[in-house]
Amino acid sequence: MDRLQWALKDSWVEAERHLRIIPRNIELLIFATIQPIMFVVLFVYVFGGSIEVAGFENYDQFLLPGIFSQSLVFGSAFTGIGLAEDLSKGLIDRLRSLPMARSAVLVGRTVSDLVRNLFTFFVMLGVAFLIGFRFEGTMFEAILATLLLLLFSYALSWVQALMGLSVGSVEAANSAGFIWMFPLTFVSSAFVDPSTLPGWLEPVADANPFTIVTNAARALYNGNPVGNDAIWSILWSVGIIAVFATLAIRKFNSSTVA
Amino acid sequence: MSTDFAVDARALVKRFGDKAALDGVDLQVPRGAIYGLLGPNGAGKTTAVRVLTTLLRPDGGVAKIDGIDVVADPHGVRKRIGLTGQYAAVEERLTGRENMHFVARLFHLPATEGKARATDLLERFDLDEAGDRVVKGYSGGMRRRLDIAMSLIARPSVLFLDEPTTGLDPRSRLAMWDLIEELEHDGTTVLLTTQYLDEADRLAQRIIVIDHGKVIANGTADELKDRIGGDRLRVSIADAAGRQSALATLQPMCTGQIEVESDGRTFSAPIRSGDRVVPGVIRALDDAGIDVLDVEVRRPTLDDVFLTLTGRSTTDDDQAAA
Repeated sequence: MDRLQWALKDSWVEAERHLRIIPRNIELLIFATIQPIMFVVLFVYVFGGSIEVAGFENYDQFLLPGIFSQSLVFGSAFTGIGLAEDLSKGLIDRLRSLPMARSAVLVGRTVSDLVRNLFTFFVMLGVAFLIGFRFEGTMFEAILATLLLLLFSYALSWVQALMGLSVGSVEAANSAGFIWMFPLTFVSSAFVDPSTLPGWLEPVADANPFTIVTNAARALYNGNPVGNDAIWSILWSVGIIAVFATLAIRKFNSSTVA
Repeated sequence: MSTDFAVDARALVKRFGDKAALDGVDLQVPRGAIYGLLGPNGAGKTTAVRVLTTLLRPDGGVAKIDGIDVVADPHGVRKRIGLTGQYAAVEERLTGRENMHFVARLFHLPATEGKARATDLLERFDLDEAGDRVVKGYSGGMRRRLDIAMSLIARPSVLFLDEPTTGLDPRSRLAMWDLIEELEHDGTTVLLTTQYLDEADRLAQRIIVIDHGKVIANGTADELKDRIGGDRLRVSIADAAGRQSALATLQPMCTGQIEVESDGRTFSAPIRSGDRVVPGVIRALDDAGIDVLDVEVRRPTLDDVFLTLTGRSTTDDDQAAA
C-alpha cells in the first residue's frame, strides 16, 4: 500500500475510535441532541413572534437555517476540546510513537466530528419539521445547502484543532473554542437581517463568512436564488481548511521528528 | 558504532530555551537487557525517553534503536518500540480489548493476528476478565497493565517504561515489578525510568544515574554501592568498659577506621561487601569475653549513592523543573 492509502486507513481507525465512543459519552450525546433541540425551540418561540424579516412571510423559514448553521459551527468546538483531552491524557504521545501516518490523528478527529455534526443536523431537522419548517426548493437544493453548512463546520474544526493543540488544558480549549463563536454567529445574518444592525456593524456582518454560508443555505432551503453565495461559501471553507489544516498539522508535528 | 545495542545514544543534547535538559548523554542498552535510568524529578529522564522514542528532536548527538537513527528514520524506529508514558495512555470509553485492537490496527498488524495477540496479552496481564469492560471502571494498576499490554502488541524490540509505578499503590507496584521482570524472559529490551531507588535496584541489571541532564554514574547496583565504600558494620556492646578490647578485636575485620558513637559502646566501620561478617564478629567478641547487644550490617541504599554522587538526596530537588 502506498503512503496515501495508509494515511486514509489510519485516519479511519482514529475516526472509528471517536465514533465508537459517542454512544458511550452521555454528556456529549446530550449536548449533541438536547442543545440543538433547545436552540430550535427557544429561538422559534421566544424570538419568532417579535421579529419580522423583509421578504420572509414566516420568520421560522428565515431563522431555522440560521440555527442549523450556528449549531453546526458550535459543534466544531469539540474538535479542539477532544484533542486537548487526548493531549492531557498522554494519548497523543502514544499515537505519535506509533508507526502511523502523522496526519491521521487530526484527519480522524475532524472527520469523526463531521459525522457527529451530521447526526446533530438530523436531530435539528426533525424538530424543525415538527414545528412547521419546510424545504421550499428542490431536494437537490436542500442537500446542497446541508453540504455547504457541513463543509464550513468541517473547516472550523481545523481552526479548533489548531487551538486545541495550542492551549494547555481541556478547560482552556473549552473556553477558547466557544468564546469567538458567539460574535461570529451573532454578528451575522443568522437571526436578523444585517441591515437592521447599527451602521458600523452592518459591514462586519455582511463580510462575515458565517453570514455568507448562512445566506447560501437559507436561499437554497427556501428555493430562492442563491447568487454567488454558494461559490463564496465553498471558497471560504476550502481556504480555511487549506490554511488551518497546514498550521494544525505543523503544530502537531512541531518539536517531534516528523 | 556497534549495533549490538538495542538502544545506542551518544552525546545527546536537548535544550529548552537556555536550559539543557540533556547535556551530552551517552546511553547504551544491550539486546534483551533491562536497564534503569534513575534520577530525581527534572533530571532529564523523560526528555531522554522522548528523544529515543522520536517524540522530541535532539539538538545534538545521535540516537539509534536497533541501529536505526531516530532522526533519519523515525518511522522505522516507531515500528520497533513500545512506549508507556507517565500517564496511562488508554481510551477510557473503550474496553480493554478495543484499546488493544485499536493499537494493533495502527501498527498495521493483520486483523486475526492483532486479535489473537490482544487475547494473549490480556490473559497474561490478568485482564482477561476485565477485557470486555470499559476502561473507565479500571483501577490505576489495571490501567497501567493495559497500557503496557498495548505497548507490547506488535512485539517491540525495545520497550520504554517511563516511571511505570508512579502513582500506584504498594500492591499494584509489586505486581508491576513481577510483570516487568517477566518481560526479560521474552527477550524484550527494556529501558525504564524511575525516581524510586528500590525499583531500579530490584529490576535493572545496570543503572544509569542522571542529574541535570548528565550521566553521573553507570553501573550495577552493587558497583554503585561499592563506590561509596561498601557495607557498614555496626556493633553495640553491653558495657563501655569493654571498649578497648572490642576495638582491638574488631579492627582486623574492618576495611577502615572504627568510629565510636557518643555512648562509648557502639562502634561502626566499613567492611568489604558480601562478606559473611556477622557470625565472625559475634564469635570473636564472644571469645574475647565481651557481652554483645547487637550486630548489624547495613547495605547502603541507592539514596546513599545519590547523596555521595551529587551531595543531595533524591528528594530535596523538587524544583520547578517540568
